[in-house]
This record gives sequence, structure tokens and C-alpha cells, in this order.
Amino acid sequence: MPEQPESSTTVSITIDGREVVAKKGEMVIAAAENAGTYIPRFCYHPRMKPVGVCRMCLVEVDSGRGPTLQPACFIEATDQMTVVTDSEKVKKAQDGVLEFLLANHPLDCPVCDKGGECPLQDQTLAHGPGETRFIEEKRHFEKPIALSELVLLDRERCIQCSRCTRFAEEVAGEALIDFLGRGDQVEVAMFPDEPFSSYFSGNTVQICPVGALTATPYRFAARPWDLEQVETTCTGCAVGCRVAVQSSSGRLTRLLGVDADPVNHSWMCDKGRFGFEAVNGVDDGNEELALTDPTRRLTEPMVRKNGTLVPVSWSEALSAVASQLKDAKEKDPQSVGAIGGAQLTNEGAFTWTSLIKGIVGSDSVDAQLGDGLDAQLVLALPRATIDEAANACTVILLSGDLREELPVLFLRLRHSAVEAKNSLIDLGPRTSALSAVAKVRLPARPGEAPLVARALAGDVAAVTQLKGHREGHTFGDEDLASAQHLLGEDGSGVVVVIGRTSVAEDAAFVESAARILHQRYPNAKFLPALRRGNVMGALEMGMAPGILPGETSLAQPGAALRSWWPLVPGIQGKTALEQLAAFGDGSQEVLLLLGADPLADVADGALVERALRSSGSLVCVSGHGGAILERADVVLPAAVVHERAGTTTNIEGRVSRLGQKMVAPGLAWSDWMIAAELAAALGAQWEFTAVGDVTDQIAAVVQGFSGISSNALAQPATRDGVVLGSTAAPTTAGLLDPMATPGMVSAEEFGLGSYAGIVRGEEQAQAPTSGAGAPSLTTSLSSGENVISPALDNYSLRIVGTHTLYDNGANIVGSPSLSALRKVAVAMVNPYDLDRLGLATGDKAKLRSGRATIILPVEADAGVLRGTVVLNANVTVHGAERRENPLASLVDSSLPVNDVVLESL
Amino acid sequence: MSQLTAPKIVTSRIGFDDSFTLDRFLATGGYEGLRKALTMSPSEVCAQVDAASLLGRGGAGFPAGRKWSMLRKNDVSYLVINGDESEPATFKDHLLIERDPHQLIEGVLIAAYALQVNQAFIFIRGEFALGLERLQSALNDAYAYGAVGTKILNSSFSIDLVVHPGAGAYICGEETSLLESLEGKRGFPRIKPPFFPAAIGLYGEPTVVNNVETMSNLPWIISNGGDAFAALGETPSTGTRLFALAGHVRNPGVYELEMVKNTFRDLIFDPALGGGIPSGGRVKAFIPGGVSAPWFYEEDLDTPLGQGQVADKGSMLGSGSVVVMDDSTCMVRAAWRITRFFSRESCGQCTPCREGSGWLERILYRLEHGEGRVEDLDLLLDLCDNIAPGLSWPPQQTTICVLGPSIPSSIHSAISHFRDEFLAHVKEGGCSYA
Ligand SMILES: Cc1cc2nc3c(=O)[nH]c(=O)nc-3n(C[C@H](O)[C@H](O)[C@H](O)COP(=O)(O)O)c2cc1C
Ligand code: SF4
Ligand code: SF4
Ligand code: SF4
Ligand code: FES
Repeated sequence: MPEQPESSTTVSITIDGREVVAKKGEMVIAAAENAGTYIPRFCYHPRMKPVGVCRMCLVEVDSGRGPTLQPACFIEATDQMTVVTDSEKVKKAQDGVLEFLLANHPLDCPVCDKGGECPLQDQTLAHGPGETRFIEEKRHFEKPIALSELVLLDRERCIQCSRCTRFAEEVAGEALIDFLGRGDQVEVAMFPDEPFSSYFSGNTVQICPVGALTATPYRFAARPWDLEQVETTCTGCAVGCRVAVQSSSGRLTRLLGVDADPVNHSWMCDKGRFGFEAVNGVDDGNEELALTDPTRRLTEPMVRKNGTLVPVSWSEALSAVASQLKDAKEKDPQSVGAIGGAQLTNEGAFTWTSLIKGIVGSDSVDAQLGDGLDAQLVLALPRATIDEAANACTVILLSGDLREELPVLFLRLRHSAVEAKNSLIDLGPRTSALSAVAKVRLPARPGEAPLVARALAGDVAAVTQLKGHREGHTFGDEDLASAQHLLGEDGSGVVVVIGRTSVAEDAAFVESAARILHQRYPNAKFLPALRRGNVMGALEMGMAPGILPGETSLAQPGAALRSWWPLVPGIQGKTALEQLAAFGDGSQEVLLLLGADPLADVADGALVERALRSSGSLVCVSGHGGAILERADVVLPAAVVHERAGTTTNIEGRVSRLGQKMVAPGLAWSDWMIAAELAAALGAQWEFTAVGDVTDQIAAVVQGFSGISSNALAQPATRDGVVLGSTAAPTTAGLLDPMATPGMVSAEEFGLGSYAGIVRGEEQAQAPTSGAGAPSLTTSLSSGENVISPALDNYSLRIVGTHTLYDNGANIVGSPSLSALRKVAVAMVNPYDLDRLGLATGDKAKLRSGRATIILPVEADAGVLRGTVVLNANVTVHGAERRENPLASLVDSSLPVNDVVLESL
Repeated sequence: MSQLTAPKIVTSRIGFDDSFTLDRFLATGGYEGLRKALTMSPSEVCAQVDAASLLGRGGAGFPAGRKWSMLRKNDVSYLVINGDESEPATFKDHLLIERDPHQLIEGVLIAAYALQVNQAFIFIRGEFALGLERLQSALNDAYAYGAVGTKILNSSFSIDLVVHPGAGAYICGEETSLLESLEGKRGFPRIKPPFFPAAIGLYGEPTVVNNVETMSNLPWIISNGGDAFAALGETPSTGTRLFALAGHVRNPGVYELEMVKNTFRDLIFDPALGGGIPSGGRVKAFIPGGVSAPWFYEEDLDTPLGQGQVADKGSMLGSGSVVVMDDSTCMVRAAWRITRFFSRESCGQCTPCREGSGWLERILYRLEHGEGRVEDLDLLLDLCDNIAPGLSWPPQQTTICVLGPSIPSSIHSAISHFRDEFLAHVKEGGCSYA
């Protein structure tokens, strides 16, 4: 028997003669939908506030004073209310609205991208008049106009539902589009000279109920009836938005956000949405792109012979690598190491770790590239989910700008801050998109995070120390007091979002701050803000020095894992930066790059250049070309996102399915297959024939993953994935509202993704037996040296190295639509400092560090703290080679902080 | 016979050339009502307004005292005066603002005191250039005089008053749209419920919105007592009202008349008032209360100028604008011009109003310009029915504000009474009045 909801939170209403229970405060449209009565709509969207403008949802509502026509989306269900949705009166009203909507509608369906999946077309077909009574001249506008580089607007097709304008203002917080004009001349417009450039613009296209908004990458690319769809998880960053990926005629055409309640609420960022272009690759006829071109897809294994990479068979390429691994295994396992892993699936991460750590015996595996956090600490801290962060009373932001790094996490946190559910305490070294909605800002300059954390913990000496810094302290005593007040006694209800506030300072600062906060506020939870796709999955699979799959240390492997692995490394291996140094000085002979590109991703350029000059063997496992291939000795082509099935793990430890939509080009293989073949060459007897076998092996031998089998993940109840260590029952999504995301096909109709069809039993996902923070790693919570940052001299500025969403990452460069939007390098400086130096925005200036002197344009930015200069990672100056990386050329990763002298030319 | 004996309550000063100055105002009893109010308790002031049975003069005719009593108790609340007056042929507030701005200010101060509101706004139509200038300088003078600001007239009450010009949109006269506009947003009306200004108004705080004329009555009511006001007219239509008379009359203009005691015939034909129809023609139709109101005809001329009396006959006194159309008037053209106004001023939020107004306007244009079809008449009525189901009066509202359901009034009136004229347009391929 279904449980009866509590009466205090429910009301009883009658819909078309049926008595149903509705949640208190719920709008009639939602109550009816839950009860199986679908009321037509255009403007209502379940993830935004209702506005009641389209009037399509008019139904007869009687709250005791007789029935009147009311918009179901704007009237709360109240006890004893009677709702009639199918009377003649309702039908006339709804038909009338539909006819009005069609009056000025151009009806150019045959040439409209929405045709075939258009709610207006569908409703007209279902209920609309057969013939038009409108014989007047329709409204005319130039069509289409560009709202931005990505979004086009056909004003003739617009039905003024305000979904797009509301999204921009309410969800993204960027009111860059609004209505203009009156009466039936009303149009969506942008402000003069201010294009709709938003990282979230694609969502407006997704929710537009007609073909008014179209995205350049999808325009005329497909007809809806030719589209095939698979549900998957976006790995563009580590938020792990659930998405539906669609293809037509063998090419990816579109991504739509799936409404996963715990994760992305149907939203996506534009990088995730349009990055699929990089998977398709650029097809410009017969000309073959250079291997160094990141838009080139790698389709065949290659081995360097006489100085050039030449295509070879898989067996030749694999045996070349296998023999090196075998040598190393026998002589010195430490001479082998791997960097990367965040681009892999969980299955790829597991197989590669098993190969390097469990078969070769080297612990030198690092999924992060010196710009992450200590893996042991991240895994040991009590972990929060995204929902917990969004519902926390107080959130401490100790990370980079989330809009740039984890865009949809930004949306979630902004939403809760604006809806006044939680208070944000912003510790970031420069203002971020969330600073404006933060309650308190206690900015920590590079090197200051531990001091600010100590101040928050009540250490008066830390405050005195901060006040002694060159520019004084960055916040007042009242700010500190109100922040402390928000943290309460023991941090209950507090979530700390912890990531790298700057890649130009030692990670130890943030790590130390996290330990201080954890000790002072033991009930606070931590949400890791690590950026790259499956970085958490890689860490869970042991892709960091000193740890093994299942959050255990080298000394304490889980019994099941121990019995499956032939050996466990005896000594702790090297981090990515240490490996690069060792490869450079010859002490590491083999370096495997697993989808990682140190040229782009490592903030210390000189270190990378030195490594690349070495004579060691460089093996690149990658889906795309890149400058790094100039140096590669072996290239193993890998399938990329949307071309492979398996699972991935997001920042909160949510394991969800990856759906395969495409076949990888040429001879490219899935990541796990490459590792499995190498393992076999080294004598392992893994019996993996499909990716599901690997998933099941993980469930069998990795602590924390038990129950998360391929079978369990194929159940509808785990459609949004399973959070490691969570005992909460997974929730099932409701029925698909065809109006929420037009064009989305329900998973029920189209299959759940990778594992659908191989469901074997009635097995359910169980709560995993052990979760985040397994005991063996907790020592990292208290250990850790206390790093000290040197005082800043009077002539220097301290570098804050930040990320921008549109950097030179492979996904961006490989997607023509996004590539054009890439940011260029500029030095952002506080106006006061700029003035002091006699410089103005747009001027070029010299930046001199111990490593290099470079010339960059400067920009005044009041969000930058005095005494600091903000530089984005992995961007180039306008028109320069992608390989030039101003931040990386300045930074010395062995220093705790990096300073530059800024001078006019 | 007209009853013209009632005192001039709001237009007593407009005969003076310098009626808008502080000197003239003070010389003619100005700010005495306010002084008196400040000696009373706020609830005593409210009681006088209640006793006066002062109906709102902005269009809906809701009793001001009742409206005030509904203000949600809150630390912050606002008073906002609606001086947007943008409806065609409505120009009474215009007169009050230009000719007696201090009287308006005094009324606002009395209301603010009664409501214990410390911040008030006067939102006036942006095109009222002279009115804006005079009101702003009157306000400056009133500040200097000590009637506005901190501890006004040596009392313990403080109030700030801001004059805000609109940007030229009729819809900003609708109270919730006005509040949006005042907040700096696009003037889109808000949905009631829940956005009743008294509960969730300006910046989300409880707010009273009252019309300029409503406010201008307050100094007299306080000086002379609510009962004296209620003694004029007939409950509930008490006191006097301003009528903006326009169209085919000899003397168009604004007239202050005691309510109920006079009829439309008096207003239109009395030589001291409208003075009759210049051409000597007959009244073909007249609009009794602004372009949103259903039309009246010759047989309705003897209807008294009272809110209930007009409502009983299926229309409304509305904004107090009376438009006379003599028998030289083309009814198709009249309906078209009114509909064109609405279609241009619809804010564009609600589908029926946005699309319906434009569609109706285009059909009427065709009819007037000789391209009408017989079936257009039924189409017009059916589209009107889709905007305001049932075409009843008062209309059934299925849109966010009442602009939408106001659109059918003129069309429904014109077609119901002058169907032949429409058919003649179809048959003759155009307008024979042109
Ligand atoms: C479309 C529309 C336009 C309006 N324009 C005005 C106006 O110009 N002036 C006004 O006082 N009331 C106007 N109103 C009425 C106001 O919404 C509101 O009822 C009035 O200002 C209340 O004041 P009162 O109670 O003193 O009459 C308008 C209403 C609508 C629906
Ligand atoms: S462009 Fe689309 S989403 Fe935006 S208002 Fe028009 S119909 Fe609605
Ligand atoms: S936020 Fe991250 S996971 Fe979500 S769509 Fe963007 S890149 Fe993909
Ligand atoms: S009825 Fe018309 S004017 Fe009023 S809110 Fe709706 S569209 Fe705007
Ligand atoms: S008015 Fe309810 S869905 Fe648009």
C-alpha cells in the first residue's frame, strides 16, 4: 500500500471529479500532472517561477465561490478546491489561446528546426483549429538575428512565453535579454552593444517552446524524426550533469539537459552542450589535419620510427608499450608512471590503475596535474552532496570561480543563495560570479587561506598577522564576526566548497585551510570543487600516489582487491609534477599520458618543456591531436565521450552511467580495452568482454562500490546514479513533461543508456558498505606541513592563477562554435595598483618573474585584490600560438607563491 | 435640471492665474487640512475618510477608507499616487496636477499620516511637462515650507515624497504595473493574487495606490469633516467628481459636479456645462466612463452620475471621462480607433490581450477601409469572447490585468447597436461618413 502523505503538508482537491492529494503550496498544474492529468502549457516551466502569461493552462477552478477560469500554473492547490480541466468552457478558452498564438505565427514549419518536436505544432495538431480565421498580414521581423555567437532569434516565431528571459535573469543571473515593444509587436531583445554572451545561453534554446531560439551548432543539422538519443552524463567538468545526447546520420547533433533532481535540474553549460562538436571532429574535405591540431581525431595507433610517427597495427603499438612495461616491472617499477585519468571512465581508471599499480607495481599514477588537491585529503574529508550544499545553511566558498570551473554547480548555489536559503561566505582571492550574492566576503590572498581559516576558527593571532600584510587585511572585524556567527558552534549545516583558489600557489595552503576548518568545525561537510570530468572517479579508483581503489592506503588494500591484484606497490609514487621532473632528469623512463596534455594543463611551463626534452619514452593515450604529439613515441587512439559506455563519478561521488551514442572513429578503442590488452600482454587473466564486466569487477573488489553493478545501474531507480557512501534511496524521476524540454525523448521510450537491454536479474543498487573517508586515509586530515608564504615586497604583485571556461582546452578548441569564444590573456589588476604603476586598461605591460619576462595587456578590475594580479591559465595573447601560455611561463611550481614585477613598457 | 449648488471641493482654486503657487495656496486655506489632521490621531483621520465614503477616482471606484484598512501591518509600507492618466479623453488629473499641485501634495501628506507611511511617491505621466514642472517646484516649496520632510509642520511625523515621471505607457496606470515601473522594471502588470499592493506592493512591501483626484479630496474632507462630504451626492456615490467631457459638445472640459444629483443629460446639454451638440445633431452614443466602458446611447442620457446607477445599466463611471458621439460619427471607425489604442498599449504579456487586440484592430481596419466581410462580425464577437468569455459586464477576466477584458467593450457595444452600419461598410465597400 502506498504511504499516505501527512495531512499537514497536503491538501485534498478534486480534479475532473477525481479526488486527489496535492502538496500544500503546489500549483494546480503540478498537482494535476502528479495525478495524471496533463494541463496544456507554454510559459510554465517546472524549474522556474511561474508567470502565468501564455494563458494556455486556463482551467475552471472553484475555491468555494463558484467556478472561474484561472491559470493552473499560477493558482495554488488549496483544500477542497475543485478543478475542471475538460469542460466546454475550458476547451473554448484553451482553443482561443492557441488560435491567438497562431495568429501571428509564421507557420514556416517546413524550414523550422523545431518542426517535428514543436509543442506549438503538437498542440495545434491535437486540439487546434483545422483552418485559420486569421487572414490579415502577419507581423514581420528580420529573421533570424544573432543574440550571441551561439544563439539566434527568429522573432516572428516567438510566442512571448518569457521562458528565455526568465531563465537569463532568474536562473543564470544575467538579465541580458528582455522584452521590447508593446502589444503584438513585443519582441525579445538584447541591450545595445551587449550580446547575450552567457555560459548558459544554450538552456534558453532548450526550453524555447517554439523554433524562435536556435543554436548555431544545431541549425538545420537534423530533423527530429531522424534523431536517435541516449542518456548519459556530461564529463565536460566534474559536476556530471545528466544529459541526453542525440545524433543523426552518424554525427552528434545536439545535447539536452535531463532533469536530474539531485544534480543539474535540466540545465547545462554551453561548454558541455556544444563541446560535442569536438567529438565529430572537423570535416573539411580530404585534407588531413596535422597531428598537432587539436581538432584532429586520432584514428590509428602510431609509433615513432626514424623520428616520425607512423601508423601501425594495434598489436605492434601495444607490444611496443608492453615490452617497456615488462622491462620496468622486472627491473624498476618506479621508472614507469602515468599522468591523467580524469578523461577516463571509471572502468578505464580502474583498469589503468590495476595495470600500473597492481601489475607493473608502480604507484606513480596521478589523475591531477598539479592544479588539484591532495587526493588523500579530498577522499578523507566528510563529503557533501550538491544537494547538501544547495540546502546548507551556510556555504564557505574556498575555490576558484565556480561559474568558470563547475558551471552548473554555480547555478545550483546561486539559486539557493538568491532564494535566501543559504548564506555564502566567500574566501576566494578575487570576486567571482557568486560574490555578488554572498553574505560575507573574507578574501584570502595567495598564501593567506590558512590564516583566514584560523581567523574563522577564532584565532586572534591570525587576524593580527593578516593585518600586518602589505596591503593590510582584506576584511573588517564585523565581517569576520558575522561569518563566525553563520558557522555556528560546530559547523552543523555548513558545507565547504573546496578547490584550488589559484594554480600559482602551493595547494598546501588550501589543504591546510581545509584541515583547520575541519578541526574547528567537525560537523561541516566538504564538496570538492575539482574541475576535470571524471577526476573523482579516477581518485576513487586510486589514481593518485599513495592510494588504492576504494579510498585505501597502500598499506591497507581491501581484501578483495588484494586477492585480485598480483601485487601492491611498496613505495609511494610520484605526483604529476614530480613525474614530469623525474622524466626530465631521466630517472623516470616511461611516461604515459592518459588523455592529459601537460602543455595545456600544467601551470609550470618550464617544468613541462624540460620533461619534453628528455629521452624517455612518452606514450599518449588520446582521442585528439595536440602539440604534445610532436614529442610522443607511441600514440594509442582512444574513444572519447559519447563514444564509450561505462560509468563516471562526479564531485559528490555520484556514480552514473555513460551512454554510448557513437562508434569511435577508425581504430580508436575504449580506454579500458587498451589497458586490458596491455595487462594481458603482461600475463594478466582479466576476463572482460564488455564494459559491464569491468563495472561489475569494480563492484566486486573496490570498497564502497559494492552493489553498484552494471545491472543495478540499469534500473530506472538509479537513473540519476548512486552516491558513494549514501544510504538514501535513489529516487525515480517522474514522467517526462514534453514541454519542459521539447525534443527530449523519454528514457523509457529510448532505453536508459549503456546497460539497458542486458538487465539480468531483479538486483537493486544497495547502499555501499563503506563510503567516503574510509579509516585508512583519515590521517591526512591532521597531517600536512604548515606552509608559509614569504612577505610580498613593495614592487611585486602576487599571482592568482585562475581558470576560464573558454580556455584552450581540447574540447573548446575542437568545437568551432566554442573556439571562437576563447578568452585571451590579459593581466587583471586592481585599479589602485594600476594607477600607482601609471598604467590604464588596454596598455601593454611587462610582467617579470624569476622564470620569464612577458608582455601582456593590462585591465583594471576592482574585483582583484590590491597587491595581486590575476592571470587565467591556458589562454594565449590574441593571435598567438596556442602553445604560448603566459601564466605557465611565469610560474615556478616549486615556490609556495609566485610574484611578478609589473612595469610599463 | 442640473444641481450646481454643491461646493467646489477640488477645483476651488483653478480660477486664479497663480493657483499653483504656494502663496495662493496658503492664502486660500492651503495646508489647513493637514495641520488639522496632524492634531488628530491617524485612526481619527481614517475614520473621517471612512465617514466620507470617498470612492477611488482612478477607475475601479473602490472606497479609499476600505483600501487603507486592508494595508498589511508591516514595518515598512508605501503610499503611491497614480497620476499616469493616459487613457484617451481622460484629462482630469492633468488639471489637478497643473493647476493645484499643492492640494494634491496636501492630500498625499494627510493620507500618509493616516497610514503612518514615511515614504510616498507620485507617479505622473511623463508627457505632462508643465504638470511635472509645477508639481516638482510645488514639492520643493512644500519642503522649504516645512510641510514635507522631517517633523512636518512641527509635528512628530516625518515623510518623504518623490515625484516620478512615467516613460509614456498607458499600462503603467494599472497599479501593479506602475509599481514595477517605479521599481525600474518594464511595466508588466503583476498577477493578483498574490500581488495585491496592500499585501505585496512596492519592493514587496505593503502599499496603498490611490489616484490623484482621490487624494485631492482629502484636504476638504479633513477641514470640513467626512460627514459634510457624505452629505453631498448619495451613498455610496458621495461628494463631487470630476468629469472630463469630450467629443461632440460645445464646451469640452473638466467639470466638477455633485454625484448622483446630475445626469449625463445635464453634463452634456446644460449651457453652463457641455452646452449641447454643436451641429445640433443627436447623441448617437456616448462613453460614460472612459474607453474601457461599454457605450451608452440617447436613451441612457437621464442616468444619474452615480457609480451604482451607471453600473446598473451595464457600464461604469470608470475614469470619469465622457465622450459624446453625435450622429455624424462612424461607429466602425470609433470602435477601430479605440481598439487601435488598446492594441498599441497592451503590455504584451497575456496571449489573448496581445494577439487578440492586434487581430481585432486589423479586422476593424479592414471593415472601415472597405475590405470587410460579413463573417467578420461574428469573428469579431467570437474573438472578443475569447478575450473575455461570456462578454458579460463586468467582464470575466482571464488575463493578468483588466486591460484585456476592456478591449471588447467598444466592439461589443458597436456591433450590438449598430450592426447595420457594419454591414453597410461591407456592402458599400467602405465608410460613408468619411
Ligand atoms: C489599464 C489600466 C490603466 C489604468 N490607468 C489609471 C490611471 O491612469 N490613473 C489611475 O488613477 N488609475 C488607473 N487605473 C486604475 C488603477 O489600477 C487603480 O485602480 C487606481 O489607481 C486606484 O486608485 P483609486 O482607488 O484612488 O481609484 C488603471 C487601470 C488599468 C487596468
Ligand atoms: S524566444 Fe522562445 S523562449 Fe523566448 S519568449 Fe520567445 S518563445 Fe519564449
Ligand atoms: S556544468 Fe560540467 S557537467 Fe554540466 S554541462 Fe557543463 S561541463 Fe557538463
Ligand atoms: S491583459 Fe493585456 S495589458 Fe494586461 S497584463 Fe495582460 S497583456 Fe498586459
Ligand atoms: S499561463 Fe499557465 S502555462 Fe502559461
